[in-house]
Amino acid sequence: MTAAARPSAAALACPTENAVELAGVTYGYDRGPLVLRGIDMAIPRGKVVAIMGGSGCGKTTILRLIGGQLQPQAGRVLVAGQSVPDLDREELFAMRRRIGMLFQFGALFTDLTVFENIAFALREHTNLPDELVRDLVLMKLNAVGLRGTAQLRPAELSGGMARRVALARAIALDPMLVLYDEPFAGLDPISLGVVGQLIRELNDALGITSVVVTHDVYESLKIVDYLYFVSEGRIIAQGTPEEVQASSDPFVRQFVDGAPDGPVPFHYPAPVYADELAAHAR
Amino acid sequence: MLAEGVFDGLRRVGAGAINAVSRLGFAARFFAVVLIHSPAALKRTRLTLREIYFAGVLSLVIIMVSGLFVGMVLGLQGYDTLNKYGAGDSLGIFVGLSLVRELGPVVAGLLFASRAGSAITAEIGLMKTTEQLAAMEMMAVDPLARIVAPRFWGGVISMPLLAALFSMMGVFGAYLVGVRLIGVDSGAFWGNMRAAIGFWPDVTNGIIKSVVFGVAVSLIAVFEGYDAKPTAEGVSSATTRTVVEASLAILALDFILTVFMFRGLGG
Repeated sequence: MTAAARPSAAALACPTENAVELAGVTYGYDRGPLVLRGIDMAIPRGKVVAIMGGSGCGKTTILRLIGGQLQPQAGRVLVAGQSVPDLDREELFAMRRRIGMLFQFGALFTDLTVFENIAFALREHTNLPDELVRDLVLMKLNAVGLRGTAQLRPAELSGGMARRVALARAIALDPMLVLYDEPFAGLDPISLGVVGQLIRELNDALGITSVVVTHDVYESLKIVDYLYFVSEGRIIAQGTPEEVQASSDPFVRQFVDGAPDGPVPFHYPAPVYADELAAHAR
Repeated sequence: MLAEGVFDGLRRVGAGAINAVSRLGFAARFFAVVLIHSPAALKRTRLTLREIYFAGVLSLVIIMVSGLFVGMVLGLQGYDTLNKYGAGDSLGIFVGLSLVRELGPVVAGLLFASRAGSAITAEIGLMKTTEQLAAMEMMAVDPLARIVAPRFWGGVISMPLLAALFSMMGVFGAYLVGVRLIGVDSGAFWGNMRAAIGFWPDVTNGIIKSVVFGVAVSLIAVFEGYDAKPTAEGVSSATTRTVVEASLAILALDFILTVFMFRGLGG
């Protein structure tokens, strides 16, 4: 087998065709209303898939179910063929070693330098000598263009830089799957483009699978292979970027065009306006 | 209307009681899990040493300065009272027993809760708010082993050492005021103190108290931080709760321990 035809470590770590599968997943927090109602989703290995929807629609909950931070009330969550809710703590941690996660604001450890943040997982899970850890960390930092920040503290980084360092940390253990929670939130246009490009390039170069939870339509359409739209706990539309752009579905159109009113109403449900204004006169 | 108000009040009392019992149960389980993770955490001595530095070494100034002033006040007040009964030479006994048995562990514990306990709660609470604990979990690293257990043991180990330093500075403060300033005989001050204070039960019981206070304060601090609501207000409330609960726990435990330790002395 030639080097070019050799499967990546990430592909070997995920033997199934779909890196992630959700079937009939239902979830609600405590005794509150259901956040997810029968979600079906398949995320093929090696692809970048976006989960989109308005704030509070359940996007991040899906990520937490995939990562095993939450347990579904009904349905199946499979990662690399393993049923996540059925894993015990040790098996769950073994699975998480093959998953990287980028949190919304980076979640870098503020008492450690950038270097130590990226070395953290390597030091916790391997017995690699310090020289090798150093080289690996510098390689990850170089991949996100921030080798020069190794000795800085997270507080000294801009929002975009912190997100890139968090991305380097997420791929520190060469995962087979990376979960991104709102990677574009609060970034300037340049950082936004850089982070988007990095997600695509790292996915292809490392042969990993990426799940991007976001509400940034414009940036997502440029980098993803497939999109799911979630509203009120259900998948209401899905397709490739081309299909989404050509879609006439009212929700997709409102989301893509950024229209203030539509299937997602501008006004929160309330009594009739005129009745409320006149209430004091009665 | 009245009945509705009464029922509403009862409901609130009931909900509060259920919540309190539930939190107590959660805290007990939390304590057990921290203990289970402790051997692994203690093996990584660097982590615990770091926490001893933050909880113990950085509390040294407030503990030692407070101990010195408390000792100086004890020297002044004690001499004034004892001298009325012609027992001014017993100042060493009075100061030594007060500090070793009570004031050392209790005041050092209260200061430790305010200085180190609140800092531990705020740190863990902020780590939760900024998703650092969740990130750690997603990296397959248990925050209870990596973050909570070292901080707990850092506090437990620091507390008796701080209480001992507090007592030492207190005795020194009383010596400065009693012997150097007022003129109590130096030989009587030290000689009476050495004759009256025994390693067992006085010093040993003081050490036991400070260890128990260290466990209580550290447990409350790490638990409140871990259980804090992940908001600015949640961390602020948790920090306040740590200081209040730890202070009350120290005073209550002090009474209980004193009853058991010194109940035979009166008879």
